[in-house]
Amino acid sequence: MIYREAGDFKTSYRDDGQTFPIRLDRWGYYALLGVAFLVVPFVIDSYWANAVLVPFLIYAIAAIGLNILTGYAGQVSLGTGGFMAVGAYSVYKLMTAFPGVPIFVHILLAGAITAVVGMLFGLPSLRIKGFYLAVATLAAQFFLVWLFNKVPWFYNYSASGQINAPERTVFGWAVTGPATSAPAKYLTCLVFAVVLAWIARNLTRGMVGRKWMAIRDMDIAAEIIGVNPLTAKLSAFAVSSFFVGIAGALLFSVYLGAAEASEAFGINKSFLVLFMIIIGGLGSIFGSFAGAAFLVLLPVLLKNLLVVRLGWPTDLAAHLELMIVGGLIIFFLIVEPHGLARLWRLTKEKLRLWPFPH
Amino acid sequence: MIATPAAEFSTDKGATRPVLMDLKNITLRFGGVVAIKDISFDIREGEIRAIIGPNGAGKSSMLNVISGFYVPQQGEIWFEGQKRPPMKPYQVARLGLARTFQNIALFDGMSVLDNIMTGRLNKMKSSLFSQALWWGPAEREEVENRAQVEKIIDFLEIQNIRKTPVGRLPYGLKKRVELARALAAEPRILLLDEPMAGMNVEEKEDMCRFILDVNDEFGTTIVLIEHDMGVVMDLSDRVVVMDYGRKIGDGTPDEVRANPEVISAYLGVAHE
Amino acid sequence: MEFLYASEVLVNGLMAGVMYSLVALGFVLIYKASGVFNYAQGVMALFAAMTLVGIMEGRVPFAHLINAAFGVHVDRFGWTVPAIFGIALTALIMVGLAIAVEKLVLKHLVGQEPIILFMATIGLAWFLEGLGDVMWGADVKVLDVGLPQGISDSIETATNNWLGYGFFIDRLDIWATVIAAALVAALVGFSQYTKQGRAMRAVADDHQAALSVGISLRFIWIMVWSIAGFVALVAGIMWGTKSGVQFSLSLIALKALPVLMLGGFTSIPGAIVGGLIIGMGEKLFEYFIGPMVGGATENWFAYVLALLFLVFRPQGLFGERIIERV
Repeated sequence: MIYREAGDFKTSYRDDGQTFPIRLDRWGYYALLGVAFLVVPFVIDSYWANAVLVPFLIYAIAAIGLNILTGYAGQVSLGTGGFMAVGAYSVYKLMTAFPGVPIFVHILLAGAITAVVGMLFGLPSLRIKGFYLAVATLAAQFFLVWLFNKVPWFYNYSASGQINAPERTVFGWAVTGPATSAPAKYLTCLVFAVVLAWIARNLTRGMVGRKWMAIRDMDIAAEIIGVNPLTAKLSAFAVSSFFVGIAGALLFSVYLGAAEASEAFGINKSFLVLFMIIIGGLGSIFGSFAGAAFLVLLPVLLKNLLVVRLGWPTDLAAHLELMIVGGLIIFFLIVEPHGLARLWRLTKEKLRLWPFPH
Repeated sequence: MIATPAAEFSTDKGATRPVLMDLKNITLRFGGVVAIKDISFDIREGEIRAIIGPNGAGKSSMLNVISGFYVPQQGEIWFEGQKRPPMKPYQVARLGLARTFQNIALFDGMSVLDNIMTGRLNKMKSSLFSQALWWGPAEREEVENRAQVEKIIDFLEIQNIRKTPVGRLPYGLKKRVELARALAAEPRILLLDEPMAGMNVEEKEDMCRFILDVNDEFGTTIVLIEHDMGVVMDLSDRVVVMDYGRKIGDGTPDEVRANPEVISAYLGVAHE
Repeated sequence: MEFLYASEVLVNGLMAGVMYSLVALGFVLIYKASGVFNYAQGVMALFAAMTLVGIMEGRVPFAHLINAAFGVHVDRFGWTVPAIFGIALTALIMVGLAIAVEKLVLKHLVGQEPIILFMATIGLAWFLEGLGDVMWGADVKVLDVGLPQGISDSIETATNNWLGYGFFIDRLDIWATVIAAALVAALVGFSQYTKQGRAMRAVADDHQAALSVGISLRFIWIMVWSIAGFVALVAGIMWGTKSGVQFSLSLIALKALPVLMLGGFTSIPGAIVGGLIIGMGEKLFEYFIGPMVGGATENWFAYVLALLFLVFRPQGLFGERIIERV
């Protein structure tokens, strides 16, 4: 009764196509944004920022990116880690080469560079499909990580082979480097996450999104009704890699501060982001956030429960986490291939009728 | 004009209209198998042109050649008086060809509305950038095209399923949505591959009515593959008969019906 | 001399290729019979090797977990098990795993899209990796089932006398090649000449049609996963003996994927030839080009080769050309 759409009439096609067609959803969303921007920054401490909120926002961006490619355009990629590395090393090279340019510009440029690299590795998608393509994207993963490890130019010939983020400020606040405060980290990532989610939503409700979905659902029919597979697939790779690249840039520059390619951007990172969108929901932007939240929170909870409470060794907790995540993936694929997003929608449909279910 | 019997009316239509598409000596092979053997026929502006023939005669392959999905080894396709260069299917779609498929090829993960909207993809030109920010042109274009799509939804009487995911629809409605998607492109030529396969009598009657209405109201040229002889003879202005990849008859329904080769190869059994 | 050294590299590459072929074979078997692209094949090899070591050394399964949960200190039973019993027992466990996978995973995913099944096997891979670690611990284990190891003296002497340059070839590699060849021959014989083999091929061709003539899909799946488990065990023994049982073993096994892309997912000869090409190719590439670009090109060479190859021949070496229809 409280959550309802009755009486909420649309009088124009513009209203009908908006992001939250139900009034209550819209209010809830504005309220959430208000809290996120106006309340959280004042109460956040470094544990919450570093363990939960900042990684959540960064992985949400990566998950949206992969969801555009896999969930919307139907091209499975196992190269997410490699593309995040491109974002990270691009932003590092840009930051050190042009210290005077604002960091936000660098992060956006890092996304753009990743988009180009993504398109390059997306070219085979024009010839090969399904898991052939999935395996082909492994080439991107292994090659890129190797490249950043072996070519000293990328890490500015540092002795350790690591890259370290120098301090950069926005309006006098440090947003990268060791002196960055928890609220600054959080707000930087929040701004990117919100704007990018909004862009993803716009793209997926418009004609580009329909072309992607047409390719996903039936590529041959899509081409015959007029979708150019070249531009549709490459645009999906480009947009997806742009998002993933920004996530990589933020992960390195704002969150980690230092990174080494094979450790921070190995193949397990690719799987982690893939699992986020499976658990969250393929083809859903809300699902990307939900999946990211789930897989960021799970290790934190397990660690609190097993290590802190029960005093079990950390490596055992890590191994159990592998089992649990693997089991959950299978569980979700069997029970609800559309993930948390679908469960959320079903809950809302039930809520619409509650408390009078008939 | 008003009292003219259907057969004479269609003869008139077929003979006088200008040729829109001309297929010359098309031959299509898959490895050693010859699917289409040296077939020529033309399609005139505004007519309903049927292709009939037994299973495996090469009808669907013919449609695939027209829509650019298969590239014939020999032969030429002329469209509006110009020879069509080798093209990808999506380029052919831009020329104004739209089609439906024998085994429904809708996008199952999308709603009915989105499926039909994809039909208008060549009408929408706003850039990736303006779509990303959803400003000015992108939004305006979306609303304008939505209005066009709503007209087609009204025309085909599928208002109530607008937002339903296509995967959930029954067979007959899916066929109708597919027609709607093809119509949304405002095609010059509409290719229909067995639009009535697997339908019951009522559904077939509905579909016939829609096809005739499309032809009448929008003046769309229609190329049709169909097995139901009654439907073909009633609907079409001219008929091509194929058998084993060859053309064995071409003309008005009455001419085809009287053609001895057609009777022996195909209709013979039905006439007994 | 340069040439001779290169040919030694080539021969060693061939030997490594045999190993890749062995893992690829497991993929092909499962793919042919159930249409599942089993990403977990590599982890299955790791799991099998870990289990074998655990059994042979008399380790207490889940010792880690038991210790943490009950505050005790169990580690080993105090006995050791001969290799032959260990292998038999591990093979049984792999059959049990096949049954569990069929019952808990595959049965519920019948008729799903291949890509969903693929992702489920990625989940399975994580699960098995975690399970292996929890059961037997994540330490690097030494596996010795009595296979001869070390540089073969007789070959070195023979080639030295004959060519004036002694080839260094590991005896283990020679054994691996022999065993892999025998295994392939046995599998081909099985699928061509036995009733179960014929049923397996029927299932591979068409699930529905196979069901309609009375073939039990579930039995075939369990059988195929068991065979794949056994192949994984053999691969695990070879790799494990060579470089120790540790996580990187599953990554090496991952190289079977480009092997498959090269050879085509459905072709047993393809898996073998693909494996040999990748094995030789990456060793030669590392030998000639590696020093110029900083080495460790084996990490990606196989994938990039397969990728480039696929762009020009999407169906692989032995796959059939697909005619698309609408």
